[in-house]
Amino acid sequence: MLEIDAVFAGYGRVPVLHGVSLRAAPGEMVTLVGANGAGKSTLLKVAAGVLAPQSGRVLLAGEDVTRVPSHRRVGTGIVLVPEGRMLFAGMSVAENLTLGAYLRTGAAARRAVESDRERVFDLFPVLADRLEQPAGTLSGGEQQMLAIGRALMADPKVLLLDEPSLGLAPKVIGEIFSVLDRLRGSGLTMVLVEQDARLALKHADRGYVMRTGEVVLEGSSAELLANDDVRLIYLGAWHGTE
Amino acid sequence: MEASELLQLVIAGLKNGSIYALLALGFTIVYAATNVINFAQGEFYMLGGMLAVFAFSGLNVPLVAAVALAVVTVAGIGALFERLAIRPRKDADPMALIIITVGGSLVFASVARHLFGSDALPLPEFTPGPSFVFAGAAIERQTIWIWVIVTATVIGLTLLYNRTRLGRAMRACMENREAARLMGIDTARVVMVSFALAAALGALAGVAVTPLTSTRFDIGAGIAVKGFAAAILGGLGSPLAAVAGGLLLGLIEQAVIPFSSVLKDVVALAVLLLVLFVRPQGLFRRTRKEKV
Ligand SMILES: Nc1ncnc2c1ncn2[C@@H]1O[C@H](COP(=O)(O)OP(=O)(O)O)[C@@H](O)[C@H]1O
Ligand SMILES: [Mg+2]
Repeated sequence: MLEIDAVFAGYGRVPVLHGVSLRAAPGEMVTLVGANGAGKSTLLKVAAGVLAPQSGRVLLAGEDVTRVPSHRRVGTGIVLVPEGRMLFAGMSVAENLTLGAYLRTGAAARRAVESDRERVFDLFPVLADRLEQPAGTLSGGEQQMLAIGRALMADPKVLLLDEPSLGLAPKVIGEIFSVLDRLRGSGLTMVLVEQDARLALKHADRGYVMRTGEVVLEGSSAELLANDDVRLIYLGAWHGTE
Repeated sequence: MEASELLQLVIAGLKNGSIYALLALGFTIVYAATNVINFAQGEFYMLGGMLAVFAFSGLNVPLVAAVALAVVTVAGIGALFERLAIRPRKDADPMALIIITVGGSLVFASVARHLFGSDALPLPEFTPGPSFVFAGAAIERQTIWIWVIVTATVIGLTLLYNRTRLGRAMRACMENREAARLMGIDTARVVMVSFALAAALGALAGVAVTPLTSTRFDIGAGIAVKGFAAAILGGLGSPLAAVAGGLLLGLIEQAVIPFSSVLKDVVALAVLLLVLFVRPQGLFRRTRKEKV
């Protein structure tokens, strides 16, 4: 579904990604883990078109979308839930959701948008109770739910999630990940960036481990969870025997 | 001072203040979309009056049509200005862009001088006739028109911002441009529309005031300072606050007149500096906590 192929990218003259490749098959949930500063967010920015790569390609269902700018990339079906959520803080929950569906105009789309809104309320019932509240006044967990809900309003083919658990209490993280499980069950393709590798690998089909702008390991979640290097470095606990 | 004199000052303050309000809206709308202070805003005011005079006296177009033509043309000029002078340098820092707008205003003024000469040019009142008298104070008919225009503008903008897809996109850009782009909003187009809208509002102010004051190629800079002061007073954030800033500035000016009419034109500058020093977020804006 999504294919990132040998991407080199950076900010100005500072290189960050050194030939990163990643793929997510239709309906697959892959996770991208790695230490702070490894380049995970940068890779998602390239996938979402926020950052143009120096070289390499981004393909969606076989079609090259590398040069499609971010405001049109959404229309192709690649939708990013950015790091830090980036809600429209002064606008209401309802308006944030409406903006998520900004490109879906016309009579035919209207009904689909309405049913997607209902689906978002089904996934995150708390949003339905907060419709007129400014997004900035929501709790952190509710804000993350709104950020995901807003992205779903764009009817994504591939959903990119950048650290949805950041700064949230374990109970809220659990709620959010159970929604991600439901989305995975419904066949949505997802790329999930997480610092908490154990958490991410528990929910994803496959994983990639990034270090300083390169993918150093990839494999099924079970393989990575069992991998000694991963356990040592990214799962933060070494209980194995020599 | 008698009550009727006081009322007369209030009327004058609200009249001038309405004009400042329209200018301040222009500054605020462009700033919201780009973080640029567009000092060419005053030239849109000048061009509005000029083009209305030209269409009415030069082309013999009916007054209503001349007004509409002037406003629409200036909106186009605003969009073109953005496209040709601002957008190609959109990665430059705001200061460079602000200097471009200052340069642009010099260009607009000198082109206007070449095309229309350096005389003061008149325009008839929209609906000529004697002033209304209200509690001993006179209200010119054109003043009523100015108030109607400001009121209609506020209503129109409120509807635009709250009820339309374009308006919602504009507000999204004000809040967070990068997030707006992630929604699929073409932010470059929103910026261009913002310039066009600001130019149209400037032109509308210029057209509305020309029957009272005439117009000349060099009036843009002076009104830009007042509109900017009003916008700063309003905090450069919310359009409604910009309108309040304009009306307040108009009233403050009139409050100074009984003491010294020379001071009136210094008021805007004094207000500008005072606000920038004491309360840079404007009078009406609470200091907002950083977004989480
Ligand atoms: N906007 C930016 N400008 C310059 N450098 C950046 C920017 N964003 C990130 N970087 C740098 O790129 C590297 C990778 O950052 P990032 O992709 O955010 O890592 P991660 O998401 O894995 O923590 C870091 O060294 C970071 O300092
Ligand atoms: Mg990151």
